[in-house]
Amino acid sequence: MSDNSLAIARAQLLAPGELTDSSLQKVLNNVLGHSVDAADLYFQSTRHEAWVLEDGIVKEGSFNVDKGVGVRAMSGEKAGFSYSNEIILPALNAAAGAARSITRLGGDQQVQAWQREQPLTLYSDANPLDVLTQDEKVELLRKVDLHARAKDPRIKQVTASISGVHEVVLVAASDGTLAADVRPLVRMNVSVIAEQNGRLERGGHGGGGRTDYRMFLQDDQALKYADEAVRQALINLEAVPAPAGIMPVVLGAGWNGVLLHEAVGHGLEGDFNRKGSSSYAGRIGERVASPLCTVVDDGTLAGCRGSLNMDDEGVPSQCTTLIENGILKGYMQDKLNARLTGGISTGNGRRESYSHLPMPRMTNTYMLAGASDPDEIIASVDKGIYVTNMGGGQVDITSGKFVFNASEAWLIEKGKKIAPVKGATLIGNGPDVMNRISMVGNDLKLDTGVGVCGKDGQSVPVGVGQPTLKIDEITVGGTSE
Amino acid sequence: MANQSEAPLDIQAEEQRLQTLVKTIMQEADKQGATACEVGASLSAGLSVNVRKGEVETVEFSCDQGVGITVYQGLRKGSASTSDTSPEAVAATVKAASDIARYASEDPHAGLADKSLMATDLPDLDLYHPWGLDAEQAIELALECEQAGLTSDKRIENSDGASISSHQSARVYGNSNGFIGSGHATRHSASCVLIGRSGEEMQRDYWYDVARDPMRLSSMKEIGRKAGERTVKRLDSRKLDTGQLPVIFSAELAGGVISHFLAAISGGSLYRQSSFLLDHLGKQVFPDWVHIHEQPRLVGGLGSAAFDDDGLATRDKDFVKDGMLTSYILSTYSARKLGMESTANAGGVHNLFIEPGEQNLQQLLKTMDKGLLVTELMGHGINIVTGDYSRGAAGFWVENGEIQYPVSEVTIAGNLKDMFMSLQAVGNDVDRRGNVQSGSLLVDSMMIAGN
Repeated sequence: MSDNSLAIARAQLLAPGELTDSSLQKVLNNVLGHSVDAADLYFQSTRHEAWVLEDGIVKEGSFNVDKGVGVRAMSGEKAGFSYSNEIILPALNAAAGAARSITRLGGDQQVQAWQREQPLTLYSDANPLDVLTQDEKVELLRKVDLHARAKDPRIKQVTASISGVHEVVLVAASDGTLAADVRPLVRMNVSVIAEQNGRLERGGHGGGGRTDYRMFLQDDQALKYADEAVRQALINLEAVPAPAGIMPVVLGAGWNGVLLHEAVGHGLEGDFNRKGSSSYAGRIGERVASPLCTVVDDGTLAGCRGSLNMDDEGVPSQCTTLIENGILKGYMQDKLNARLTGGISTGNGRRESYSHLPMPRMTNTYMLAGASDPDEIIASVDKGIYVTNMGGGQVDITSGKFVFNASEAWLIEKGKKIAPVKGATLIGNGPDVMNRISMVGNDLKLDTGVGVCGKDGQSVPVGVGQPTLKIDEITVGGTSE
Repeated sequence: MANQSEAPLDIQAEEQRLQTLVKTIMQEADKQGATACEVGASLSAGLSVNVRKGEVETVEFSCDQGVGITVYQGLRKGSASTSDTSPEAVAATVKAASDIARYASEDPHAGLADKSLMATDLPDLDLYHPWGLDAEQAIELALECEQAGLTSDKRIENSDGASISSHQSARVYGNSNGFIGSGHATRHSASCVLIGRSGEEMQRDYWYDVARDPMRLSSMKEIGRKAGERTVKRLDSRKLDTGQLPVIFSAELAGGVISHFLAAISGGSLYRQSSFLLDHLGKQVFPDWVHIHEQPRLVGGLGSAAFDDDGLATRDKDFVKDGMLTSYILSTYSARKLGMESTANAGGVHNLFIEPGEQNLQQLLKTMDKGLLVTELMGHGINIVTGDYSRGAAGFWVENGEIQYPVSEVTIAGNLKDMFMSLQAVGNDVDRRGNVQSGSLLVDSMMIAGN
């Protein structure tokens, strides 16, 4: 953690309630007075704003402040949890009392002395909301609106939004962790509706990251999102129904990495594997993908949406190899699951907020580049689908079945993109599909910074990425035979 | 286990406190020069426990409160919210909302609903039935539930746990047109997720129940057993060949299918031209035997509310009568955008029903004769702009009107407009656990993609 982050966190989170490092120690010792293996406190404040343009006017803006502390006590596989949105000693003690109620009195552990780790600095601790004035934010959205409408007369509706979050986190744990992180996060989205001969279609694009609003001004990035949204909507106007059945599929680079997130990522989260509920459980060292596949989860990419200087348990982010040349190498762990399975945390303990329990979650999950030229990959397909953009995905980690929905896809015939198709859903089984990857491109790309991952009702920002790749066969769910 | 639970919450006192808070905030907004304002405040507190394989996994005590403030400066609008209800935080939040309003554009349709439309009768809808459960009692129930599931079949070899949760909440909404309304409610649920194995194949499934009144929850044993039964039924699944076939959406999924219809007739989708049902008011959208109506003031209902998010009195209404679309779902704002009147649906619908038919699920299977009974849907392949629908599915192959074997790893696709128009039957097996309630739906024909 950076000392600056810790200073900011103490000032913002602890000082107003007259709390000090040593009062945190006392609260933790109090929790450990029960037969508790470990305990942690998670202080958080978030300031979130959003501006929305619709019908050519910036009709809405919102600002949200949330602040609170979560207290967790762990004993074996048990976790007791309580939280408060008042950060003062009596509230903290009450929450601690509730959290430790999972165990009886009589523990003899003491909090370890505070330990410091060398900080990562993947992003700035400055407030990302303040770099533009309100007028400049409104003006940016107006420019995007005018730009999109001027692109093509068929554009009937434009919705554009920007949002920013400034989050300050402090973690104090019985293992001696005392760490803080100040996290910026911004996002922009452009969505358009195009109309042609009574037919309506939507297109959308956006981006963001752990940086500030200036990223949308650089190289006219915001206008490029609008260009892409318009392009997609116009293509969708021409799209024909997708075919149905088993066929080869080429997935373009970037955001299609949702495939890895669903087909591989969730199944390799430590909690599912400890419980034996994942189809990947107990398979370390086995072949789970074609030898062309190396997949990592990397929280250390500067400025990326899924990156973190430290996870929500105060563990520095790292790059964890999940699959190497097709062989399963490791799982993503938080402290609880690592402790219960004799491993160590991989810095993947994340939570939506102070009012949620942490669990193993992904950061930025992607496949490393291979050797093939992307054009050659498309040229190798006689009849199939080329997915250039995705909607979203979902997985059942127990059966391994996953789906994802293409938002832009093309029919390939005799090695050529011939027509856009709509409504293509892909469904498969994680390990089966990963074993059928027969070509991997040399064009690794990360997504533009819009991913949100949901698990057990908790949402966290994530990144995905991949090079262009070819799956020899997978079920495509369209409407045309 | 220490016998500790949170101090009992006096929800009526909390509701009073929130009422006072809302009034204070409206005064503060007035002081800061707002021409109009609206304030929502809510509080929710409760307990959730999760057990797995006979052991406690998590015990969570929750208590959330929040205040949302919308300030109008003429036709400009700004919103802000906070979880901190101290006077300083409230003043800062009003200021934040006012600051935003200063920079937002004038919107000719912005503003509160007319004074004369505000709800005046706010009946007690009997939504508050506290359980008085402490953590230890909740754990006992969860253990009983999971145990019933784990022992229901020897192919159940693992569990993702059983959960009990019990929450109470209070909400207050007020606006500067003189409306202030409030209510308090409880919500209790029990669920169980089990994992079965057959050879290399693992499958999971679950069952749950939810109620305002804990006395109306199914028994723990029944929930556990049902989770077990559903899980083992999925084992030894096969894919299907690709082809056009009839489909039944089981009652648990049917409410979700109907909710896509609701999204398409919602004011927000309509004024954004983002619906496959633009300009369909008064037109046929379902077969003529279909009726869909809303009963917002149902006593004890899971979705009940006496006033909508604009402070308007909710009322019974038909959305579909004899297959015709008779009403959109409109808030004050979306109604103004469309040049219509609000349907008192700011925030959505409350207790929506599609009128059940005569047949139970067995009879529906007979009617279908051959096709796919869908019991699980995956993915997000729903496009409300075009009606295109394409999702991952699992369920059961039906032939000669009877279930033959479980099916997984297929997709079903069609267009929602066609699916609604070609609806063949609604079952009488209504799933009562949601805000949108329906029996199983038999759809004429969809494209199933498999082998």
